[in-house]
Amino acid sequence: MTSPVTADGADAPPLKTPLYDAHVALGARMVPFAGYLMPVQYDGIIAEHNHTRAAAGLFDVSHMGQAWLIGPDHATTAGALEALIPADILNLAPGKQRYSQLLNDAGGILDDLMVSRPADPALDGRLFLVVNAACKDADYAHIAARLPAGVTLDILTDRALLALQGPKAADVMVRLGADVAAWDFMNAGPARLAGLDVHVSRSGYTGEDGYEISVANADVAALWAALLADADVKPIGLGARDSLRLEGGLCLYGHDIDTTTTPIEAGLIWSIQKRRREAGGFPGAAILQAQIRDGVARKRVGIRPEGKAPARDGTEILDAAGNAIGVITSGGFGPTVGGPVAMGYVTTAHAAAGTAVQLVVRGKSMPAEIVSLPFVPARFYRASK
Amino acid sequence: MTKYFTEDHEWIVVNGNIATLGITDHAQSALGDVVYAEAPEVGRKLAKGAEAGVVESVKAASEVYSPVTGTVVKSNDKLADNPAIINEDPEGAGWFCEIELSNPAELEGLMDEAAYQAFVASH
Repeated sequence: MTSPVTADGADAPPLKTPLYDAHVALGARMVPFAGYLMPVQYDGIIAEHNHTRAAAGLFDVSHMGQAWLIGPDHATTAGALEALIPADILNLAPGKQRYSQLLNDAGGILDDLMVSRPADPALDGRLFLVVNAACKDADYAHIAARLPAGVTLDILTDRALLALQGPKAADVMVRLGADVAAWDFMNAGPARLAGLDVHVSRSGYTGEDGYEISVANADVAALWAALLADADVKPIGLGARDSLRLEGGLCLYGHDIDTTTTPIEAGLIWSIQKRRREAGGFPGAAILQAQIRDGVARKRVGIRPEGKAPARDGTEILDAAGNAIGVITSGGFGPTVGGPVAMGYVTTAHAAAGTAVQLVVRGKSMPAEIVSLPFVPARFYRASK
Repeated sequence: MTKYFTEDHEWIVVNGNIATLGITDHAQSALGDVVYAEAPEVGRKLAKGAEAGVVESVKAASEVYSPVTGTVVKSNDKLADNPAIINEDPEGAGWFCEIELSNPAELEGLMDEAAYQAFVASH
């Protein structure tokens, strides 16, 4: 059989997160991913996936990039970032986080990222950025080259990042001393967790309630151990991270979004607030505004193969008559769905939920249906509702 | 009855002129949770090294190759509904197909269990 290659390789010797030894001690299978040796699974992807949906899964995502954007005041720093991304950062409230994309001049996506504004007035003028591992060096160069005088990028190499995801995540955080159970989805700020100073946001990449926890490299092994000591928590590898986010309808950079896709085609218009849609002022604004006004030629959609065979990234999508209408950008098996699930781009005429399509898998046509995303409803915590 | 192995992590058990084909325990362990498998239909002619089936884990799809030339005389129809038996019993209930050998001389190029285990240990 062909070898089951599971990860994106890299030419340079792989880096290790501060938790490398902890993963190996847990019996993880380590694979190269985005330049790092990362755990793809511990006990098995399906068991880890199901544990995250049922209790709480702990992920090491320390390969991701963390940085401060620092300026003299919020308006200045927000303005500098708004020149690069289409989200409204000026009106981002203290202690809140927002999802956005770094765009090129064609409106294509260079990376997607999280931006949070500190709650502490003493930190006014700072924005905290979390970017993808595979893109971080390019992102930092892109951002740094476009900052106005007085605004600087401070790349944090001394911070690790954990994600705790699942319906028991809030209980676990409270048991370890963090008063974050009442935080709304996308709240962000400092907390004490297991006796350690951490920066927490109520967010994640699974569709479940949960938190992302930034912690000093020096403290992460202790925090990892403290979280794993909770009976509700198990370690989760990148394999289940991928199946969870796919069922959640969440984009993976380099697959579902890249420089050839715009946020409008990708169905991410919700992440572009009204002021920015109207006023523009970000790279590719005229192109995105035209797409909002006139529509797009293709759209990201959910795809449910009818049979049991997964349809993977790169699978061609045909209409009922056999004409090529698009391609799958993420596809695999959804353990919660109990069958194959996929996302991809199709021409807008075929993008409506319920449209019958065919997928070309190993030279054979397989029936499938366009469906609305996500496959598994999101369970984000909304304190206000 | 003799068991042979390939460097692509297939096994065959030969009984007379019939070879039963599957993937090794090492292969299923490397794949992880198997969520889909496709065995060849009865009557299909397989050349040595040709694709005899597909096994897919959550993460990836892999082809299963036939180590021998022959004709499929039996196909494991349990794989379609319960592909996880490849994880549970890869060298037993998780077999893919039975092949009637056209050229038994091909068996000489395959590894025995000891040689295969040494191959796995060195890779």
